[in-house]
Amino acid sequence: MASKPRKPSDIGPRIPMPEQPAAERVKNFSEVALGFSRDDAIAEAERCLQCKKPLCQKGCPVEIDIKEFILKVAEGDMPAAYEVIKETNSLPAVCGRVCPQESQCEGMCVLGKKNEPVAIGRLERYVADTFMASDACEEITGTHACALERDDLKVACIGGGPASLTVAGYLAAKGIKVTVFEALHEPGGVLIYGIPEFRLPKGIVARELDGLKGLGVDIVTNWVGGKTITIQDLQNEGYDAIFIGVGAGLPRFLNIPGDNLVGVFSANEYLTRVNLGRAYDFPNHDTPTFRADNVVVIGGGNVAMDAARTALRMGSKNVSIVYRRTQDEMPARLEELHHAIEEGVEIKALCGPLSFNAGDEGKLASMTVQKMCLGEPDESGRRSPVCIEGETEELPCDMAIIAVGTRPNPILLEATPDLELNRWGYIEADPETGETSMKNVFAGGDIVTGAATVISAMGAGRKAAQEIARRLL
Amino acid sequence: MGFKILRKQELIPGQTSLLVIDAPQIAKKAKPGNFVILRNDEKGERVPLTIADKDPKEGTITIVFLVVGKSTAQLNTLQEGDEILDVCGPLGKATHIDKQGTVVCVGGGTGIAAMHHIAKGHWEAGNHVVAIIGARTEDLLLFRCELDGFCPEVLIATDDGSVGHKGFVTEVLKDRLESDRNVTEVVAVGPVPMMEAVAKTTKPFGVKTTVSLNSIMVDGIGMCGACRCSVGGETKFACVDGPEFDGQEVDFSELKARLWQFKEQEDESMGKFKKECSCHGK
Repeated sequence: MASKPRKPSDIGPRIPMPEQPAAERVKNFSEVALGFSRDDAIAEAERCLQCKKPLCQKGCPVEIDIKEFILKVAEGDMPAAYEVIKETNSLPAVCGRVCPQESQCEGMCVLGKKNEPVAIGRLERYVADTFMASDACEEITGTHACALERDDLKVACIGGGPASLTVAGYLAAKGIKVTVFEALHEPGGVLIYGIPEFRLPKGIVARELDGLKGLGVDIVTNWVGGKTITIQDLQNEGYDAIFIGVGAGLPRFLNIPGDNLVGVFSANEYLTRVNLGRAYDFPNHDTPTFRADNVVVIGGGNVAMDAARTALRMGSKNVSIVYRRTQDEMPARLEELHHAIEEGVEIKALCGPLSFNAGDEGKLASMTVQKMCLGEPDESGRRSPVCIEGETEELPCDMAIIAVGTRPNPILLEATPDLELNRWGYIEADPETGETSMKNVFAGGDIVTGAATVISAMGAGRKAAQEIARRLL
Repeated sequence: MGFKILRKQELIPGQTSLLVIDAPQIAKKAKPGNFVILRNDEKGERVPLTIADKDPKEGTITIVFLVVGKSTAQLNTLQEGDEILDVCGPLGKATHIDKQGTVVCVGGGTGIAAMHHIAKGHWEAGNHVVAIIGARTEDLLLFRCELDGFCPEVLIATDDGSVGHKGFVTEVLKDRLESDRNVTEVVAVGPVPMMEAVAKTTKPFGVKTTVSLNSIMVDGIGMCGACRCSVGGETKFACVDGPEFDGQEVDFSELKARLWQFKEQEDESMGKFKKECSCHGK
């Protein structure tokens, strides 16, 4: 590491990350981005200016000491780098892969003003991958499982997604007994049923979960919060605090004619079948999924990209993304959009859904869209789409996948009438502490904010965990 | 760490079985109308099955299933002492039960088992419960004894007339509604055409009619909308909003079309299973 201060102009471009070529990767479910080598990682880490007042850390929802971990990477001390990351992030191998770094840590990096920002996400991923969680406990503490210091304290997390896992990791590291209650048969939430294998291998998630178990976290499956177990039950069983991280849940449909035709799916269903059910390995795995040559995906977020790219890998011939605005307004990560286009996904911009149309046997045969143009910016600053009178187009398709967002899942909320909700029907929680209208009951992630990102859910989990620790310890 | 099968009874050999499963937490919470999602093993799919009975003291639930495809065929190979990997529940809204008068519960085929739990709930609430059950022949009638235990009347229809009325349950139901003005609600559980016919039968009488829909499900907790159906012109999720709905409001033809979505893959999966498992394929 250069000891004397350097100027941004002294720094070279980013070290490129190797990827599977598009023509090849579209035939498999293996990870697209292959990761840095040790030399790559050290060279990239040396690009960091080690700012006196680093802005990158402010851009990170869980406030990793980025400058410090990158320094350790540059010095070649990966265990030390890992320890720095793990102080604030329970799932670094996941975050390094799926965070929208361009709008978070890397978006704040001073190098980014005139040069390319330091590839913080890729470095985090490298460190986590080289030094996986299951071995970390041993390396850091000398024992495989970190002993619980306070087994008189117990905390329950409802939902096994990123928010709850962050709470569990943080509190377990402080010696508090945590039990995570997951409704599905595998923990991980969206990391397991939503984000496809080619972006986030399930083996990576499993190893991060093993790391949490090594810290003494109990993760139980098939427990539906609000059905199998209620908040009241948990309070009766003496849990000192409860964290609700059940996600946003119910998919939205379009409310247009033909919404329920055979061939029309929510992205959640399509992705859950393929990812959680391993439908890509049907009939070796029992969960089937719909087969179609011509697929339209409606929406412009990461979920739409995941669904479209999954459909290609499932053998669909033509896959297009239908979006009301233009490519520039799409909320998806730029990297995912580029990957999708490289793989052959067609973007049908400025098209608003009008109807799904049935062909023979009542199955989906086409979709009619309204051509749009962009009007004035709306309240959110985005230019809103306006119909071009009389201009419609019929897109032939035998499968449509709807990825236009979610609404609150009512199961836990209906079973917990004391929980106050906000005007959108999500849980009302203190923005600083995550506490709900019920004492010592906390909430965070999509069930508070509506569908957002993995890392913002983890940020909310971290805040709640800090408050829980402050109260209990 | 699966869920142990404590008792197995083949109700109709090779076709319909009853399993009593060790699941204390579900047994404690289960109410009439609830269902579970189960998964046989690591490679299995998630399958919804209605809870036909529960015993909170013993910590057990009872399920009854018809062998229709790979997963149920495989489930039927399990014996007492074997484990089902995942059982998740109780799911769905419980049946709305209050003391109201005479409730007629109609069950067809395997649906009789599911109907039984609902009928029992109505009886426990103090209602006069009349059961009408139907099957192709006498040997295929399920849960007759159990229903006899609390229903003052169990009316039967068989296709071949081997017992009871020769014909459909709807004919028995129609007679009843014509002769008995005290019926406050009709509940129907069974194949879709049967539930549709029941709703058609009760319509002229204006009697509240509840049907329990059996749509395709994946998670069973509202996450995906695979089970969506049109009720009164609105899209509902059977797993969280139902599975019971007003029979007059349900779009049955849509439900039927959606049930056939994966026919091709289901046949493929069953074909593979039969080939690999020749011991059970005889």
